[in-house]
Amino acid sequence: MSVKEKFELKMGAATREAFGKALVELGREDSNVVVCDADLSKSTFTHLFGKEFPKRFFSCGIAEADMISIGAGLASSGKIAFVASFSAFVLNKGFEQLRVNVAYAQVPLRVVGTHSGISIGEDGPSQMSVEDISLACSLAGFTVLSPADEVATFALVKAAAYHPGPVFIRAGRLKVPVIYTAGQKFEIGKANTLIEGKDLTFITTGLLVAESIRAAEILEAEGISAGVIDIHTIKPLDKAAIAAAARSTGCLVVAEEHFTDSGLGVKVAQAVCETHPCIMEFHGIGNYYAESGTPEDLLTKYKMTAKDLAVTARKALARKK
Amino acid sequence: MQKTSDIGELQAIAKRVRQHIVTMICAAKSGHPGGSLSAVETLVTLYFDVMRHDPANPTWPERDRFILSKGHAAPVLYSVFAEAGYTPIDSLNTLRSLGSIYQGHPDRRYIPALEASTGSLGVGLSLGLGMAEAARLDNSPTRVYVVLGDGEIQEGQIWEAAMYGAFHKVDNICAIVDYNRIQLDGFVKDIMELEPLADKWRAFGWNTLEVDGHDFAALQKAFAEAAATKGKPTVLIAHTIKGKGVSFMENNPKFHGVAPTKEELEKALQEIGA
Repeated sequence: MSVKEKFELKMGAATREAFGKALVELGREDSNVVVCDADLSKSTFTHLFGKEFPKRFFSCGIAEADMISIGAGLASSGKIAFVASFSAFVLNKGFEQLRVNVAYAQVPLRVVGTHSGISIGEDGPSQMSVEDISLACSLAGFTVLSPADEVATFALVKAAAYHPGPVFIRAGRLKVPVIYTAGQKFEIGKANTLIEGKDLTFITTGLLVAESIRAAEILEAEGISAGVIDIHTIKPLDKAAIAAAARSTGCLVVAEEHFTDSGLGVKVAQAVCETHPCIMEFHGIGNYYAESGTPEDLLTKYKMTAKDLAVTARKALARKK
Repeated sequence: MQKTSDIGELQAIAKRVRQHIVTMICAAKSGHPGGSLSAVETLVTLYFDVMRHDPANPTWPERDRFILSKGHAAPVLYSVFAEAGYTPIDSLNTLRSLGSIYQGHPDRRYIPALEASTGSLGVGLSLGLGMAEAARLDNSPTRVYVVLGDGEIQEGQIWEAAMYGAFHKVDNICAIVDYNRIQLDGFVKDIMELEPLADKWRAFGWNTLEVDGHDFAALQKAFAEAAATKGKPTVLIAHTIKGKGVSFMENNPKFHGVAPTKEELEKALQEIGA
């Protein structure tokens, strides 16, 4: 079956919206689930939970640090506590609290950062989270999830609620294509190989999973067989899946909407060096801050489209020869 | 552990706690005696009289919670924990050494009965609010006590928490500011003045009580008043003396974070025992 036949990529909901809906379902299933907000509930979609469960919804005002510590207090008292804000705020303003009250204290708080990457668009760099994978992964004991579509988000948020230890979930603002069929099972820590390739493999996460599938389609038309692996769990990283792709295709392109010098790419490179060294290229955002614009214009300018990924793939393949 | 409201008995416990503090810090050759000694009466009143807790059942869901937000005063907490029977007295002198449960700052990985791992200033009041909110949600009688350093409340997050506590009417939390007026670099008034401190807390909507932090009867009365106050959180501004009980440490910024020598320890123990 061709890539195009296998993946319809119909437009779906934003991962932040899927997160909000999953929270409501969790709230209905378990009265122990509580949510903290720092005045962004309409943007993070936690307002859906707040509306249905006002007593279990804690409004902290615009005070992310306070919100995280309060969430940690709730979680250490046995609540299944979620805190959510824009990824740029929850991680940058709350990093100290995440480190001391959550990671070091081994408190199972669920931290959700929406509006990751540059695809938030018009609001510009102060709200763009392009270092969150790096920050979240540096917190000892954290599990770091980065779902690619609404199906993955729904499943992973629900799994995260009962996962041992603290969890960070990276979500986005934009509506994104649906990759998975409803009911698809996700196992935290186990990557999903969406397409088996012969010539190269895209190792990717979040928004760029769908773009990588489209890039595989472009390359297929040129007679190039490109695989795609969705790293929905960045930590712990599924090194076995990465090693298998390195072994079978000998050529990896890591694609992420994040700084390339500190994100998924360097973690994949470490796994590859430890297991099966091969040709690698890193596709993402350089060490600079983007700008305002429509998401589409930004994704084009900053080379986050399937066409750009195909260019990087050809470059990697040229090195392989 | 025997709880008591008797002031003579509480004073006797406080004396032993002070002896442990100076002895263990001397043995460790580092640590924070000044801010440990200033908080002795507060912790002894809480653990031996006021708080509902049980060293034999530290995970009792309806227990009261205690957070030493000024984590560098760990020696006073460890000494009270040991006196209460949570941890052994005979290993207090392993403070700060490799493998000791008595880590440099309170660490739940080593003492699970601690409610929080602290040491980075400014985060404990928010953490306590989360615990207090969980208790309210569960209709639990749990009350939460958080001891803050005076220098510590220069941290902005304390005032985020202060806003939250009053706005959400979290009346099952009680903060205690150990107002000994000295921080690492010197006197609080010379580094970042807090005055008018009681006015600040009142303006933030807290039931604000000023108390002599070394007077057991005054502390007992204030904690009772805090528990009886509904609809708003309470803060006790405990006026204390840094290094209390050891003449050469009292009001001496040097002993914020310096261990006594063996000679100094001997003199300190004499004064405490007298």
